[in-house]
Amino acid sequence: MASLLTTASWPPTLESWKLALESLFLNIITDGHLLVETLLVVVIVALLLQKSYQPQKRPLSEAEIDQLCEEWEPEPLHPPLTEIMKTFKEPVLESAAGPHTVVNGKDVINLTSFNFLGLIGNEEMQRVSRAAIEKYGVGACGPRGFYGTIDVHVEFEERVARFMGTEDCILYSYGLATAPSTIPAFCKRGDIIICDEAAHWGIQNGIHLSRSTVAWFKHNDMDDLEAKLKAVKEEDVRKKRRKVVNRRFIIVEAICQNTGFVTPMDKIMELKKKYHFRVIVDESLSLGVMGKTGRGCTEHFNIPVQDVDMIIAGMGFAFASIGGFCCGSHKVVDHQRLMGAGYCFSAALPPYLASNAIAAIDQLEMYPSLLTKLQDNVRLLRKALQDTPGMVVGSNENSPVIHMYLKNSTNSFGGDFMVLQKIVEKMLDDKSVLLTCTKRMPLDRVRWPASIRIAVSAGHNDKDLLAAAESLKVVAASVLES
Amino acid sequence: MVQVPYFTALTTYFAYALLFAIGHIRDFFSCLLWKEKVADGYAPLTGDFGDFYIRWVYHRIHDCFNRPICSSPGAWIDVVGRERLGTSNWILKNTGGVRRCLNLGSYNYLGFAAQDEYCTVKAIETLERFGASTCSGCFDAGKTTVHEELENLVAEYLGKEDAIVYGMGFATNSSTLPALVGKGCLVISDSLNHSSIVVGVRGSGARVKVFKHNNPEHLEKVIRESIAEGQPRTHRPWKKILIVIEGVYSMEGEIARLPEIVAIKNAYKAYLYLDEAHSIGAMGQTGRGICEYTGVPFADVDILMGTFTKSFGSCGGYIAGSKDLITHLRHTSPCHTYATSMSPAAVQQVTSSLKVIMGRDGSRRGAEKLRNLRENSNWFRQELLKLGCQVLGDEDSPVIPIMVYNPGRMAEFSRECLKRHVAIVVVGFPACSLILERARFCISASHTRKDLEYAIDVIREVGTIMRIFWGKPTPDLLADVPSLAAKLAAKTQ
Repeated sequence: MASLLTTASWPPTLESWKLALESLFLNIITDGHLLVETLLVVVIVALLLQKSYQPQKRPLSEAEIDQLCEEWEPEPLHPPLTEIMKTFKEPVLESAAGPHTVVNGKDVINLTSFNFLGLIGNEEMQRVSRAAIEKYGVGACGPRGFYGTIDVHVEFEERVARFMGTEDCILYSYGLATAPSTIPAFCKRGDIIICDEAAHWGIQNGIHLSRSTVAWFKHNDMDDLEAKLKAVKEEDVRKKRRKVVNRRFIIVEAICQNTGFVTPMDKIMELKKKYHFRVIVDESLSLGVMGKTGRGCTEHFNIPVQDVDMIIAGMGFAFASIGGFCCGSHKVVDHQRLMGAGYCFSAALPPYLASNAIAAIDQLEMYPSLLTKLQDNVRLLRKALQDTPGMVVGSNENSPVIHMYLKNSTNSFGGDFMVLQKIVEKMLDDKSVLLTCTKRMPLDRVRWPASIRIAVSAGHNDKDLLAAAESLKVVAASVLES
Repeated sequence: MVQVPYFTALTTYFAYALLFAIGHIRDFFSCLLWKEKVADGYAPLTGDFGDFYIRWVYHRIHDCFNRPICSSPGAWIDVVGRERLGTSNWILKNTGGVRRCLNLGSYNYLGFAAQDEYCTVKAIETLERFGASTCSGCFDAGKTTVHEELENLVAEYLGKEDAIVYGMGFATNSSTLPALVGKGCLVISDSLNHSSIVVGVRGSGARVKVFKHNNPEHLEKVIRESIAEGQPRTHRPWKKILIVIEGVYSMEGEIARLPEIVAIKNAYKAYLYLDEAHSIGAMGQTGRGICEYTGVPFADVDILMGTFTKSFGSCGGYIAGSKDLITHLRHTSPCHTYATSMSPAAVQQVTSSLKVIMGRDGSRRGAEKLRNLRENSNWFRQELLKLGCQVLGDEDSPVIPIMVYNPGRMAEFSRECLKRHVAIVVVGFPACSLILERARFCISASHTRKDLEYAIDVIREVGTIMRIFWGKPTPDLLADVPSLAAKLAAKTQ
C-alpha cells in the first residue's frame, strides 16, 4: 500500500495497483499476523458457541421418591400433653353467669365474668331477646351478604353509631374476629403499625394477617412510643420522601385486657397528630365503663370521637351480649363490608344477640347509675384487696378488671400459674368464690406475669365483695405460706 | 370446573374492561376537579384494587347483596325494599316496603332456621335460665352445662372421642389451624377452600401448597414432590403435612372425593382436616356428613370440623377428634380461651336440632327432613338441567350453583327474580373469581314441591330474558381457574 501512495504517479495505473496488493499480502503472510489473528478469532467463536457447563440433572426417579415417602416419618399431630393440660379442669356453670352463679351445685360469688354492668339476666334484655328468638329464630343462617342481614342488625349498627357519635358502624359476628378483620382490611404490606406490646391476641392476629411492618412499644410507655414514631419520621427524612405513601397506624387498647392498665389516650392523640398516624382503639373493656355516660375512653379523656379513626370493641363485656363492631366514618365502614373477612365470609350474628345488645345500650342510657355503682365497687374491692398477704394489686383504678400478682414471682408464667391456680381452686372449693387465672396461649406473644383476674360488676353488692376479699386473704395466706 | 364459552368470556372481559376504564376516567377527572381530601402527611386510607372495585363495580350492583330481611330466614322471607338515594351517592335507603319471597339463599338445609316446635321452645328455656351470654371465655366462667352437653353430643354423633365447640364458624378454622401447624409444617390446601381456611393457614406460619380443586391425582403429585424435596432451601424433611379440604364446596356444590383423598393421606402419612361446614347435617343417610355419605370411616379423618350455622340454624362451629387432640386444642387454640363462649341459647338450639336429627326427640322428623332435603335437591337440580342451565356440583348436594358469567347479567338476574318474589344469591368477586359469576340456590328441607315448582317457573322466565341457558350441560372439562383466595394463598408463600 505504501508503494501505491508514495512511488507511482497519480492517478495510479493498473500495474501499480497489482504491485501494491501483492506486496501487501506477501508482507502479511510472511509476518504471520493474519494466521495468528484468524486462529484467535476462530478459537473465540468456538468458545462462545460452546454450551456453558452444567452439571447433569438427574431428577429423582419414581422409585427413589417412593423410598423417600416410605422413609419420611411425620411428627405426631400435636405435641404430647403437658401436666397442666392433663389436670386442669375448668368450672362448669349450672346457671347464668351473673354476680352469683352455681358451680358443682353450690351457689358461688362470680368474680370472673366480664359482666361489668351486671346486665346478664337483665329482665328487659331477656324480654327483648326472647321476642327476637320468637320472631327471627336463633341463627341468621347465612352471611350478611346473602340474606343474613336481619333488620335488627341494621338497627344495631345505627344505634351504636348514634351512641358513639360516629358516622357509621359495622357489626361482626364475634368479638375476637373483629380486630383480625378490621386491621387487614386497611393495613397492607408496606404499611406501618406501631402497637402496644401487651395488646390482646386478636390485635396480634390482625397485625400478623395484614403483613404490615410492625414495631411494638413497651406497654403504656409513651416515651418509647414517641421514639418509635420518631424513627419512622426520621426514615422519611433520610430517604427524602416528600409524600407519605404508606398508611401508618397506632393500635392500642383503651384498657388493656392482659394487664388492666388504662392507656393515656390524650397523649396518644397528641402523638398521633404530631407524627401523622391514624389510630385504632380497642374499647372492649372501656365501653360502658369509662366516661360519664359510658361512651368509653373518648369521653373519659374528652377526645372528639371523630379524631379516632377506628374504634373496635367486643360485645361480650359490659353489653352482656356476643359479637363485635367497628365504628368510624362512612368510608371506614363501607370498605369493610367487602374487605373485612369476618364480615364478608362469616355467618351473621344471631339476631337475638343484636337485639340483646341494643337493649343493653338502652339500659345504659336509662340507668347511668350503673356506671357509678361499678366504679364504687371497683374502689371498694381494690381497697379491700390492698393488704392481701403475698400478693400485689396491679391494675389501674379505672379498670373494672383487677389483676393480682404474686409478690415473690417464680419468674416464669407457668410457675406463677401453678401457684395462683391453687389459690383459685381453693377459693372455689372452700370459700365459694369463682375466680380465674390469666391464661396464655402458646401463639400469644405477650410476656406478662400470670395473675388472678377479678372482674368487678355493678351487680355485686358490698357484702359479697368484702367477703370475697376476706376469703382471698385467708386462702392466699394459707397457700403461699405452706 | 367449568369451561367458559368463548363468546361469553369475551363479553365478560369486555364488560370489566369498560367498567374499569370508566372508573379510571372518572377517578382521573375527580382527582383534577376535587382534590381528594386526605389530610397532609397521611397516605389515603384506601387506595388498592379492592377500593377501586368497590367504588366502580360493586357499588353499581350492591343492591343485590346485603338485602335486609325482617323475618326468620325460613323457606319464605320478608325482604325489605331498598332504593338508591339520589344518583351520585351509593347509599341505599329502606323504602319501608316488604316483599314476601321464596328463600333460595339461606343455608337453611334442614329448615331449623324458622321457628321450630321443639328447638325454639328449648332455646328460649335456656335463654331464660342462662342468659344470652356468659361474658367470659370457656376456661374462665364461659362453660355451662349446656356447652358440655353439646360437646359430648357432637362427639357421639360423629363417633369421635371428644369435641370442642367455638362461638363462630369462621373463627373455628382461623384459630384451630394455627394451633395445629406452624413453622416447618406443610399445609396442602384445595384451590377453592373457604376464606377462613386461608386466613387460618396464613395465621399459622406454615407453608402452603395448593392442589387443583377436588383432584386427588394432583394432590398425590404435590404430596410426593413435597416429601421428596423437603422444606424449601433447607431441604429438611417436613415436620408434618396437613391436607385441608371441604366436604361440600359452598360456591361449587361439589362433593369432595373423600375416599381417594383418604387413601392418599394414609399412604403418605399425612393428616386430614375436613371442613364440613356445608355437609354436616345435610349429607349422608343420617346427616353425619360426607364421611357417612362416601362410606369413609370417621376414624380415617383426623380432624373433623363443621359449623352450626347451616343445618342447625344456629351459630358457631366445632372440632371433633381424639381426646388428646381436643385437650391440646382447648389449651392452645386462642379462640377457646380468649373469646366469649358461645351463647347458651344458641348452644341449646344446636343440641335440640341434633337431637331431632338423631331421632331423640321422640319423633321421626329428623329422618323426614333429611329425606326431603335430598329429594328436593335432586329434583331441583334435574329441573335446572332440563332447562339447559349450566349446573355445577354433584347429585345429592343441597348447594346448586348455575353459571351466569357476566356481572351485569348476574345483577339483573337477581333483581328480576326478586321482582318475581324469589330471593336468590348471586356470587361474584371476591367470593369467586372475576369472570365466573354465578347464581346459587340453597335448597332446604322446608321447601315444598310447590315452592320449588314456582322457583323453576320464575327461573325459566327470567333465564329466557337473561339468556343463561347455555344448552346441554357440559361435562367436567377441568379448565382450572383458581379462585382469588387460592391465588392469594399461593402467593403468600
